[in-house]
Formats: sequence, structure tokens, C-alpha cells
Amino acid sequence: MFTPRCVYAGLAAAVLAACATSDPGSPAPTVGPNLGRSTTQQEIAAWDISIPPSGAGLPAGSGTVKQGEAVYVAQCQACHGPKGAGKPADALVGGVGSLATDNPVRTVGSYWPYATTLFDYTRRAMPATKPLSLSNDEVYSVTAYLLYLNGIIAENAVMNAQTLPQVKMPNRDGFVDHSRR
Amino acid sequence: MSRKNQSSRTQAVRASSEDTRRKSRRSFLARSAGIAGASVTALTARTAQAAQEIAPAPPWMQTMGAPMRGYGQPAKYEDKVVRALTPGYPTIAPGVGTSRTPLHALEGTITPAGLHFERHHNGVPDIDPAQHRLMIHGLVRRPLIFKMEDLARYPMMSRVHFLECSGNSGANSLSPKPPQTSAGVIHGLLSCTEWTGVPLALLLNEAGVEPGADWLLAEGADAVAMSRSVPLAKAFDDAMIALYQNGERLRPEQGYPVRLLLPGWEGNMSVKWLRRIKITQGPTHTKDETSKYTDPVPGGKALQFTFEMGVKSLITRPSGGMRMPGSGWHEISGLAWSGAGRISRVEVSVDGGTTWKEAALQGPVYSKSATRFRLPWEWNGTRAVLQSRAVDEKGNVQPARAAWLAQFMPQQRYHNNAIQTWEIAADGSVTNVYA
Repeated sequence: MFTPRCVYAGLAAAVLAACATSDPGSPAPTVGPNLGRSTTQQEIAAWDISIPPSGAGLPAGSGTVKQGEAVYVAQCQACHGPKGAGKPADALVGGVGSLATDNPVRTVGSYWPYATTLFDYTRRAMPATKPLSLSNDEVYSVTAYLLYLNGIIAENAVMNAQTLPQVKMPNRDGFVDHSRR
Repeated sequence: MSRKNQSSRTQAVRASSEDTRRKSRRSFLARSAGIAGASVTALTARTAQAAQEIAPAPPWMQTMGAPMRGYGQPAKYEDKVVRALTPGYPTIAPGVGTSRTPLHALEGTITPAGLHFERHHNGVPDIDPAQHRLMIHGLVRRPLIFKMEDLARYPMMSRVHFLECSGNSGANSLSPKPPQTSAGVIHGLLSCTEWTGVPLALLLNEAGVEPGADWLLAEGADAVAMSRSVPLAKAFDDAMIALYQNGERLRPEQGYPVRLLLPGWEGNMSVKWLRRIKITQGPTHTKDETSKYTDPVPGGKALQFTFEMGVKSLITRPSGGMRMPGSGWHEISGLAWSGAGRISRVEVSVDGGTTWKEAALQGPVYSKSATRFRLPWEWNGTRAVLQSRAVDEKGNVQPARAAWLAQFMPQQRYHNNAIQTWEIAADGSVTNVYA
């Protein structure tokens, strides 16, 4: 007698809809030895660096456009070019209005739907030669600089945990969610 | 083109050694024999050649063989069977880019671990398994942290699944002219492996998912902390926390010591070097599910969260850059796969899609796995246009190139599952053509 491929215990009903599309073969095991250790809140806080569009989890700190320009010149410009123009790495500025043309230019300004993603990715992955080396203030400020270069925020704007999630990106409504197709 | 080829071939033959000349004469005679059938002349010639071909005592029979070794390697004569490297930014970030499985040089369905394709966003991390941890937190009753030695004690399952980068075959959509290179370079961001690991559902049940949660975020421990959002339904369907690849621990390039495996979905989501799973409400909208891995469609919008890899097939032999060794009997051999389930049928055309013949599928046919197809073929030595078309158990049919292109904006680089066309010229050369 085979155990069903899906685990029903302890699940919200909504989760069950897409069950069992793969090989029945031998059934997947459903019961484990419970060897995980409980995690402390401090451990979670140290590792949890993902920032959703709501801004939940954004750290304390802030940054200005002017501070961000200095960070950009020192940390980013060598790969992303002066003022985010690109080359050798991706262009970060420009292209608004180009997406429906035959020569779309997809940048932070023209394509990215959420400003929180810019903070998240810069903090976790940039600069490529030394990821996780920027302070939160530096990430906020270089985020501010790039949003300013794209004409999305004013030159005197300050980016922090409150202001960043409120930034409306030009292509905010440019995506069609295909996950529930 | 064929004249140029012929003249360079002539030069090559002139420059070759006596040995090579004998060999090419042999193969010429063998070809003639094939064409003429069992004519007495050809048989006599073949017998004479065979006498020269077989040494009474080859050197490897006259000396002791090599001793055993701790980890075997391919024969030295196979040293050309390697991944093609395509770095994205060789000077500034050498670990960014891809390497591609030499599909044209392989048979069967399982990709040797050392030839599995790679796509790294900032290189391969050197992770000490004793220090690595997997954390499960977010909307769970009991946030958990696992050591690798803990995970190794869990009940496991083994599954054969393909993994395909959604940028695979992108050259065939991005390049205005068909790229003249091998099947592996064009389509080799596809590999197939027997994966072994722990069902993700089992670990999530131990943590206890809270009501209202519907997505998770998976994050790797590489230098971009690669992160992707995954609907929770997939986690409870067939997602695996994979520890083993073809029986041995994962290779560093494949996520050692632990990776996520989401069967049938775009490779980028099967996050390597997995360190964190956060149960969430809604997706996180990470950089690699917004600015990349999205599919612009006519009108200017883009499809987001296009996870499943479409039904697809590809003739690997004969394929681009090869030269037919002669007319006569050949086996057309290739791979088919679908992110939606099992391959149910593969058809092959040798006349550019005018007529189709059903190929034999090499069993067992697994769900979301590469399936080998074969069709015997008598090549008459004239121009032929080869295509394969796969159908999966859900009735999805692999599209022609024009139909696939029409769905997207120009320069679409992801999810190209269009039919591949190889043209065989009368001189036996095989090229990539758009059809």
C-alpha cells in the first residue's frame, strides 16, 4: 500500500490544489526524525536580509542622493559606468518609455517594479568584488542616488525604512503574474 | 560553401600522413561497400583492409595495465568532451556566466556530474559543510536550523529530473542569423540527473507552516545570496532538498553541500548552496524574478513567474558542426523533456516538417526528465532538413520557431522551446538553420 505522494498533515487547504504532478514511483517519505534545532530570533535577524515590496525588515539607517553619489563613484562606477550608464555591466539608468518599442532598454528606472528590490539586491550582492561589505546607510544612499538619476525621486529626498517602500517605480504595473496560470 | 569545404578537405588529405590516407581510403571503401551492398569487389577490398587494421598483438596486451585509482577519470582519448565555457564578464567577474553540457557528444539521458551545465551569478562558493546551515523560518510555528549531518540522517528519495536554465537556446532567438556551433553550445544549459535528497514538504511539516502562508523565499550562500520566490504549493508537491547527484554528493558547481530542486521549473529557482527558506505571504519580488527571468510580451508588459519549462526536444546526432560519415543507414538520436510531466511522443522530420515519423522512446520515461528518442534513417546523400517535435502527457506540443517568437517582444532570451532545425548538405555537413 503506497502512501499518497502529498503530505496532508498540518497544511492549509489552499496549498493542496497543485499536488502530485510528478512520478509516483516509490513514494516520497513523509515522516522525519525531527533533527532540526529551534532557531533564536537573533540568528534569524542575522540572516534574514530579504526585503519584500512592503519594506518589512528594512533596517535602521538612511541615505541621501549626495552621499549616494560618493558611494557610487567609489564602489559601482568601475563596472556600471558614470551615472549608471552601463558597461561593462548592466545599465542602471534610462530607457523609460522604451519597453514597447523594438529597442527596449531595461534598467532599474524603466523596468524594475519595486525600489525595495534595489536595496535588497545591492545589499546582498554588490559590489561583486566584495558583497555584503556596504553599510546600511551606504545602501540607502546609493539606492537614493540611482532613483534620483532615473528621475524617480527628488535631489533632496532621503531614503530610509519609511520612505523607500513608498517610492512608486515607473514600471510598477508592467508585469503580469503568471504564477497562477 | 561546399566547394570551399571540398578544397580544404583536399588540402587536408594531401598534408596527411600515409596512415591517415590508408584510413580515409578504408572509410571510402566502407562507404562504397555500404552503397554497393554485398558486391564481391567491395567484400574483397574490405577483407584486405581488415587484415591491415588488426594488429596481432596491440601494445596494451604486451604490458601490465595501469593500477587502480581513487577517483576514475574519462579515457584520455575523450578529452574533447568538455563543457563549453561562456563567461559573461571575464575580466571583471570571472565566476559570472555559464558552462554548457556537450549534448552532441553524449548518449543516454543521465549527465555525468562533471559535465552538468553551470550558471553562476558570482562564482562557485567554497563551502565547508561543517559550518554550513539550512534555516527554515518566517511564517512557521517553529523556526528550525539544520546541520548538514542532520539532513544526511533524514529519509531520502531519488528522482531522475532534468534541469534547464530558462536562458537555454537563447542564441537561437537572440542571434539574427542561426549560430553555427554545436548542439551543446546552443542547447547545453540542459542536463539530467538522478537527484537524491529529503522532500521539502517533510521539513516544512516539522517547522509547521502557519495558515495564510502561500510562498517561500529560497536563498543561497553564494556571493550574490541568490534568492527566488516559490509558491508553497510547489514545495508541497515535488520539491526536494537535494544532497546527492548521480549517487555522489553534489558537486560544488551544483550547490554543494545542499540545493533546492524544483522539478520541471526554470533552473535558476532550484537555488544552489541553499542556506535559508523563509515562509512568506506573497512573493518577495527579488532581482532575479523582476529585472531578469521575466518575459516581455508585445505591448510592453512582461510575464512574471513563468516557472514551468516548456515541452522541448532536440536531435543531438546528427547535429550542428558534425559531418555525416557517408550516406546509408544512420540512427537519428535526440533528447526530449517537459516541465509538465512525461514525454508521450516525439516525431522526426527529415524534410523540414512536411512529413513526420514517430521516433522510439527509450524507457523508462520519467516525469520531468530527459527522454532519449531514436529513429533509424537511410540517408540518400542529398540535402535533408531534420527536425524533432515533442508532445507531453498533458498534450503540450513543441512549437515551431515562428510561432514561439510571435508570443514575445524581440530579443526574448528566456523559455525558448522552439523546434530546432538542422540542415544536412549533400557533402554531409550539418548546419543550424531557422525554419
